[in-house]
Amino acid sequence: MEFVNPEGLRLDGRRPMEMRQLRAQIGAVAKADGSAVFEMGNTKVIAAVYGPREVQNRSQQINDQALVRCEYSMANFSTGDRRRKPKGDRRSTEISLVIRQAMEECILTNLMPRSQIDIYVQVLQADGGTRSACINAATLALADAGIPMRDLVTSCSAGFLNSTPLLDLNYVEDSAGGPDVTVGILPKLDKVTLLQMDAKLPIDTFENVMQLAVEGCKAIANYIREVLLENTKQLEYRRGL
Amino acid sequence: MLHSKTFNKKTRGGRIQKLVREVYLRDDIYCGALFCKSCEDKSKARLTATASTILILDTNVVLNQIDLLENPAVEDVVLLSVVLQEVKNKNSAVYGRIRNLIDSPARRFVVFSNEFHRDTYVQIMAGESPNDRNDRAIRVAARWYQSHLGEAVKVLLITNDRENKRKATEEGVSAETIESYVKSLGQPALLDLLVQPASEDVIMEEVEDMRPSKRKVVYPEHKPMSEITSGLTKGIYHQGKLRVNRYNPFEAYVGSESIGDEIVIYGRGNMNRAFDGDVVAVELLPQDQWHEEKSLSIVDEEDEEEDVHLVPGSSDDAPRTSIPVSSSTFDTNPVSSRPSGLVVGIIKRNWHSYCGSLEPMPMPAGSGGLVYALFVSKDRRIPKIRIQTRQLDNLLDKRIIVAVDSWDRQSRHPSGHYIRSIGQIGDRDTETELVLIENDIDARPFSAQVLACLPPLPWSVSSKDLNESNRVDLRHLCVFSVDPPGCKDIDDALHCTMLPTGNFEVGVHIADVTNFVHPGTPLDDEATQRGTSVYLVERRIDMLPKPLTEDICSLRADVERLAFSVIWEMTPEAEIISTKYTKSVIKSRAALSYVEAQARMDDSRLVDPVTKDLRNMNALAKIMRQRRIHRGALTLASAEVKFQIDTETHDPLDIGMYQIREANQMVEEFMLAANVSVAEKILKEFPECSLLRRHPTPTKEMLGPLLRTAAAVGLNLDVTSSKALADSLDRAVGDDPYFNKLIRIMATRCMTQAVYFCSGELSPPEFLHYGLAAPLYTHFTSPIRRYSDVIVHRLLAASIGIYKLPTIFRDRPQLTSIADNLNYRHRNAQMASRGSVELHTLIYFRNRPTDTEARIVKMRSNGFIVFVPKFGIEGPVYLTMRGDKGGGEWFVDEQQQKIRKMDGSVSYSILQAVKIHLEVLEPKPNRPKLQLTLL
Repeated sequence: MEFVNPEGLRLDGRRPMEMRQLRAQIGAVAKADGSAVFEMGNTKVIAAVYGPREVQNRSQQINDQALVRCEYSMANFSTGDRRRKPKGDRRSTEISLVIRQAMEECILTNLMPRSQIDIYVQVLQADGGTRSACINAATLALADAGIPMRDLVTSCSAGFLNSTPLLDLNYVEDSAGGPDVTVGILPKLDKVTLLQMDAKLPIDTFENVMQLAVEGCKAIANYIREVLLENTKQLEYRRGL
Repeated sequence: MLHSKTFNKKTRGGRIQKLVREVYLRDDIYCGALFCKSCEDKSKARLTATASTILILDTNVVLNQIDLLENPAVEDVVLLSVVLQEVKNKNSAVYGRIRNLIDSPARRFVVFSNEFHRDTYVQIMAGESPNDRNDRAIRVAARWYQSHLGEAVKVLLITNDRENKRKATEEGVSAETIESYVKSLGQPALLDLLVQPASEDVIMEEVEDMRPSKRKVVYPEHKPMSEITSGLTKGIYHQGKLRVNRYNPFEAYVGSESIGDEIVIYGRGNMNRAFDGDVVAVELLPQDQWHEEKSLSIVDEEDEEEDVHLVPGSSDDAPRTSIPVSSSTFDTNPVSSRPSGLVVGIIKRNWHSYCGSLEPMPMPAGSGGLVYALFVSKDRRIPKIRIQTRQLDNLLDKRIIVAVDSWDRQSRHPSGHYIRSIGQIGDRDTETELVLIENDIDARPFSAQVLACLPPLPWSVSSKDLNESNRVDLRHLCVFSVDPPGCKDIDDALHCTMLPTGNFEVGVHIADVTNFVHPGTPLDDEATQRGTSVYLVERRIDMLPKPLTEDICSLRADVERLAFSVIWEMTPEAEIISTKYTKSVIKSRAALSYVEAQARMDDSRLVDPVTKDLRNMNALAKIMRQRRIHRGALTLASAEVKFQIDTETHDPLDIGMYQIREANQMVEEFMLAANVSVAEKILKEFPECSLLRRHPTPTKEMLGPLLRTAAAVGLNLDVTSSKALADSLDRAVGDDPYFNKLIRIMATRCMTQAVYFCSGELSPPEFLHYGLAAPLYTHFTSPIRRYSDVIVHRLLAASIGIYKLPTIFRDRPQLTSIADNLNYRHRNAQMASRGSVELHTLIYFRNRPTDTEARIVKMRSNGFIVFVPKFGIEGPVYLTMRGDKGGGEWFVDEQQQKIRKMDGSVSYSILQAVKIHLEVLEPKPNRPKLQLTLL
């Protein structure tokens, strides 16, 4: 199938190096300590953060740092066909783990010993790149909850179809079966916290694709920073400062 | 700007699913006009400032009139992405051609992505059909162009859709049909290229006027698609590809999976307008009608007969790919119970353009006007095609190319249109070009981009090449090459030295083509496309440009050349002890021809190093060959002929069988060994993406004709394995010396051809090369003339860690498509060679009626097919006059493969030698054919 036509346009009219439209909203769940909705094109994800709070299961308590937990799930209505999916299937367990590890890396857990931070992410609408969207939403929610972090974590995916590196694959491109590289970075520290790929790519192509994904992450980081700044300004305004 | 597209789709399970897709609408899509002031990016702009009219084409115009669009008279065309998308979905061949036009720098075609442009995106309205929406999108884009470019240029929408044209005019877009546009150009020759609309009443009336007897409906109606689909699922209809018998165009076969057998279709009426290669739906006839059709097929409407042609090289070339003797319509007593059927619908057309000539016809009174003429394709499986022309006098004695447009129920012949003429009929260049076109061979000179990839000339091995760490210096070895006389593209050389241990070091050195042809370059792309060099009788069409084939890569004598070497250590018993693969530099001591090499070996007085090495190698080769035959490799024979060509006139002077010497077999043996060694190596390193060559085991059905013939002459062939077959072929020695070769030729004909494949696609047992009895095989030894070898060189270089594997090898679908293309090109190249030989045979016999001996190879009801060993041709000999139904007098004995006169006075049996007379006759002007008559 042709994913990039000879005119250099993808199926949805983007060029290979373009991302889908980003949208973000902070404070979507009033009850949570921090929450956010993050959209990348038609992929829509909600994240809620509780904590730091007392560890619920004493046996899991860690004495010199905070316990980070993460739960990923997909709403039944998130895909076109409404299907009841079992909770805790392999895929969600894996993504939960991936998100937890990525977030744990940037949370200053040693500042909050013997406490617990819960991150809940749910996919409201799936159109490819849910993993990245979840990490971005979780970052926003953590920031909203005021949890101390080293840096933001942002994530973006890139693929390689028709011999062209493509940024931010949507569902159609994702299901083409080509390589899908998901990268998560700490933009200020310029470090990688997440790198996943489940296909083979020659090393030099891989470098190009990964570089593209990193550029995407940086663009998302800029956007998230703007959103946070805007949010802070509004908070200032509300407090009458 | 963001939009989303919502549409419903039926899933495979039958449920309706709602899909939502994003559409990003852009403002950076440019109009493609060089004179446009508002669009900045001119990199893809083509429309010139001088153009007063810019054409926007509707889908139906692109789909139907592609031949016209390819004519340089049509320029400054805008293709909308909505049109391209529709074309792509409907006909991928046309899409490929239109893409070529867009890419061609000589033409002024631009693409406008109207579907992603902010101002031209059109959302489907409630109650609007997708077709109407697309038509509206075209009109919107046309309007945008007019307002964007201003009044200085005229934007013309070309559409043959009446409704679309009317709406466009209403909306203020100027629109015209393609006919009126072409007429306005004032070039009457262009009108011939126009496809006539299928259902236009005017034309049908004219036809009826011309041929009043044919007013009636000739063919039954095709069933609607929905009925076919349901019929297929219910099992009433059977789907399959229609293959027309090469010998008899009134008989066709449909290989159907649903009944596991082939369905025979007799007569044009039952074929119901299907062409060879079409995917059709077939309904079975009631069983009592299954063999009643026999007599009908030979006395059918038009009078066509068999041609003399070259002996098929394998079952792929033979008229029928599989099963019974009854393939011949001549049989009197049919093997009954073969299902026969009739075509009820055509699922997919396989129409393309055909080469041939017009049927001779008297010039109508008012010449220059519109005339209907019948076109006869060179391919006999294609029915005559009716075309319309205004230049009849011009075309009558020309070879022309014609495309098919439609076939109505009311007309006996399909209608088509003229595309272009090639040249005079009978002219050797024209006929050669015809052979090339028929086999889809690109004989154009290499483009400048391709030539730019060549290293600067004069080229010689540089110190950089010598110092390369991966390259071993083998210049001290006594390397030599053995090839056919006059060979300029020498791609293999050999050496053989005795080691102190008494073992031999044997090396096969292959031209290092991949050192010059790098992946991803235009040179490589061109070679991928061409796939192989094509050898015609009087010329060669190279896969790589001449400087590479004849100089830089060619391992000529006494010059240093780069090579890729396979070096074995062998015991005197030809056991391989070790194998080494390396890139090397060699210097060939001698470039011998087979004859020279043979003479050297035979001349016991010669004791120079080359001759000694030759003898050693020959001794080794004989052992290897013996061992291979012992393993069950088949020694098959083919009837290859060789022409002697006059250097001045290029006319054939003499013709004879190609002689195979020991020296040929020696070289062949080492090439086989090298190929096998390389196949093992690359498969070990790259089990998923190696390019190998396999030869499928022939099925029992395929060997049927061979077994029947053998049985008729009292020979018992064991075909349980290749070994058994090889042994029984060896035992098949009749009292006459040619008998064994004849049986081998017939055996060869039952086999399919070997094919390239990607190792990841099949499981290891299927890798088998039946003919060579080798579990693994590939092509490594001729990279100058075969692209498969280039790929294998890259694989081998990667497997010994010299180069990285090009990325293409990671992409299995692409690798498979390359392998398929190689098979296609390889086959076409063979067909073209055969076509060229056939052509020269005809030229040769034109002034030389000859008497010669021939062998009967197939029985027919009114004659038999003979094979002429001396010239490698095969053709029919009639015992009864044509026109005479010939039923009564002769009787065919199917069991014993004999034809007998009713009174028992004369009989002929299969494989019998007969004397025949060869002569070129011209039954119709300009249509020479070779006729065989019994003496």
